Amino acid sequence: MNSDDDAQKSSKQTHHKRKITWSGDSFFKLLTLVLASGVIITIILMVIELVTGSLPALERFGLGFVTGLNWNPVAGREAFGILPYILGTLATSALALLIGVPISLGIAIFLSEMAPNAIRTPLSFLIELLAAVPSVVYGLWGIFILRFWVKDYIETPLSTYLGFIPVFQGTPFGLDILTAGIILAIMIIPTVSAVSREIMNAVPDSQREAAYSIGATRWETIRIGVLSYARSGIFGAAILGLGRAVGETMAVTMVIGNTVGPAALPTSLLKGGQTMASLIANEFNEADPTSLHPSALIGVGLVLFLFALAINIFAQFLVWRVLKVKGGAVE
Amino acid sequence: MACDYHIYGVRDTFLRKVITNLRSKRARKAVAKTTLVVGAAAIIVAAGIIAYLALPQAAKPQGGTSQNQSVTINGAGATFPYPLLSTMTVEYNKIHPNIRIGYQSIGSGGGIRQLTEKTVDFAASDAPLNAKQRQAASNTLHIPETIGSVVLAYNLPGVEKGLKITGPIIADIFLGKITKWNDPAIQNLNPDIKLPNNDIQVVHRSDGSGTTFIWTSYLSLVSPDWQSKVGSGTAVQWPAGLGSSGNEGVAGLVRGTQYTVGYVELAYALQNKMSYAFIQNKEGKFIEPTLGSTGAAVSSVAANLPRGDQRWENVSVLNAPGADSYPIASFSYLLVYKDLSTVPSMNSEKAKALVDFLWWVVHDGQNYSSKLQYVPLPQTVVTIDEQTINSITFNGQPLRSQ
Repeated sequence: MNSDDDAQKSSKQTHHKRKITWSGDSFFKLLTLVLASGVIITIILMVIELVTGSLPALERFGLGFVTGLNWNPVAGREAFGILPYILGTLATSALALLIGVPISLGIAIFLSEMAPNAIRTPLSFLIELLAAVPSVVYGLWGIFILRFWVKDYIETPLSTYLGFIPVFQGTPFGLDILTAGIILAIMIIPTVSAVSREIMNAVPDSQREAAYSIGATRWETIRIGVLSYARSGIFGAAILGLGRAVGETMAVTMVIGNTVGPAALPTSLLKGGQTMASLIANEFNEADPTSLHPSALIGVGLVLFLFALAINIFAQFLVWRVLKVKGGAVE
Repeated sequence: MACDYHIYGVRDTFLRKVITNLRSKRARKAVAKTTLVVGAAAIIVAAGIIAYLALPQAAKPQGGTSQNQSVTINGAGATFPYPLLSTMTVEYNKIHPNIRIGYQSIGSGGGIRQLTEKTVDFAASDAPLNAKQRQAASNTLHIPETIGSVVLAYNLPGVEKGLKITGPIIADIFLGKITKWNDPAIQNLNPDIKLPNNDIQVVHRSDGSGTTFIWTSYLSLVSPDWQSKVGSGTAVQWPAGLGSSGNEGVAGLVRGTQYTVGYVELAYALQNKMSYAFIQNKEGKFIEPTLGSTGAAVSSVAANLPRGDQRWENVSVLNAPGADSYPIASFSYLLVYKDLSTVPSMNSEKAKALVDFLWWVVHDGQNYSSKLQYVPLPQTVVTIDEQTINSITFNGQPLRSQ
């Protein structure tokens, strides 16, 4: 009420001044509106471009585009099915989550619950720094160093002693689904651990206090007080990591072996494969513009885009839910 | 004043203070200062732009003739001839300082696309235009500018270059039918070498490539099995092996890993000191891939080449006759429109400069070939190129006085 009175008074007194302020404010408002909607418009244009670009291939192959195994750009034998690359993307990403999430969780628990303050800040900084390493650097390290470690210390024993299991069959070469999964795991650790740490920090202390008050040990406190409370948020963090793994291109292309067609089906960890992203990176430059090849590659891009979009929306939703609960708890 | 806070729903006292402060005299002074700085920066940038625009004007000599005006020609395409073409453009610029030629090695397919879209003045491709591409970029001329050959490189501990092999056996290895190094088919050809009982690890290109086109065309030619199952193209559906990007990617993998086999351009094999196979030619001889044996293959087919404005898609230097011919060789082409006015950014001066450059490429430019491990064009091919270049026009007017 008070401010309303103020408003009436001042509108008479400073009529002239207000006019000037108004134009500046509305200009600023417009400017930020344009900037904000620019991003949305770009995404909409991207979708339109992806759909129109892939239409020739989608019309020709229909549902077979998603379920087909053959990928043949040879003139006169054109067949484009992307199932092996969808499965390759899922296999490498799942492997990345399997390896990366437990490690990230350990990091997050240590940083939010156990680390002394002197270590906490520098360590979180260093781990988040990993996210700043360009993916081509991971790829180079993968192809020159990691590949040989994986081949000698993981794949050779696996194929020697467990070679009778189908997923461990193949000649160890170090350029395959397993190496790609390990590289991806390292790449998603910064994202997953940083988001999980934030989520755990957001758990109200009353949770911990309640656990301690009923005589829980430190581990039990973390388990029942923190982890179960932050469950869906941590799940969301893992899905965010999945989002990064699904779209990662350069490092994967360098270590995955880049097979095509039925040979790219991820039937064994020790076999070369291909993801949707690496396929586009490999073939787009030289795709014959007069054939269906570029259109099919844009179609792969469309499917990849939809995958990444769905994963990220789902993850953001889960993370947002936990952080909102925390906000409510404080008020 | 408070009405403004109300409009934006700001009731926080801190924000009130901030906003009031912003409107104080001091703040206005600060704003004036900022405006001054921004204005000065804008003036500097504007001055820079004007200076930049003025520079070419100033660089021109007083009353200069059209010959002294600088001309920039742009090309794009295949990566294979890039080292040669970039050397040629640099050397040509030394002789003709006013003519600058840019070449981007974006791949044969990309070069053909840009030529079709008329955004470059010339393109380079390792594969001739196919029927569809010729339709899209009609009246395009093929000018073979250099020759490449592809070798089978391998990494076998203790085995130097010179493993003997035939085309059909290579096809079986790349089909995944022959999987061991000591397979009788290979061992019988090489009685002097003790071949190991290891898996053959095949490495192929993962990116679309002119090298792959040459390689798969050869395999299709010598192996009906390969022809029916895989066929030929810049990218194919590989039944076996792993993919790596670029000649250097394949060379790196083969060099770094034992028991591997892959295909690379001859120049890469020589520069990286890789072991490579001697491949059986049409006459039944096992031929070492060299500049000489590749040149011999081209000379043997040169009599039957088409004119520059005809179809080149069936031209093949693969499995060429002649006792000394290496069987896996191919031309690399420069592509230009027969009438250069087809490209919108072209003018008569630029067209003349481009034609002169092409002429130099097939003559003096060839001197740089051998040094860079490329095969120089034989005289018969140069003669065909001369006729092709002489036929280039701008708005119907010939550009070279004959």
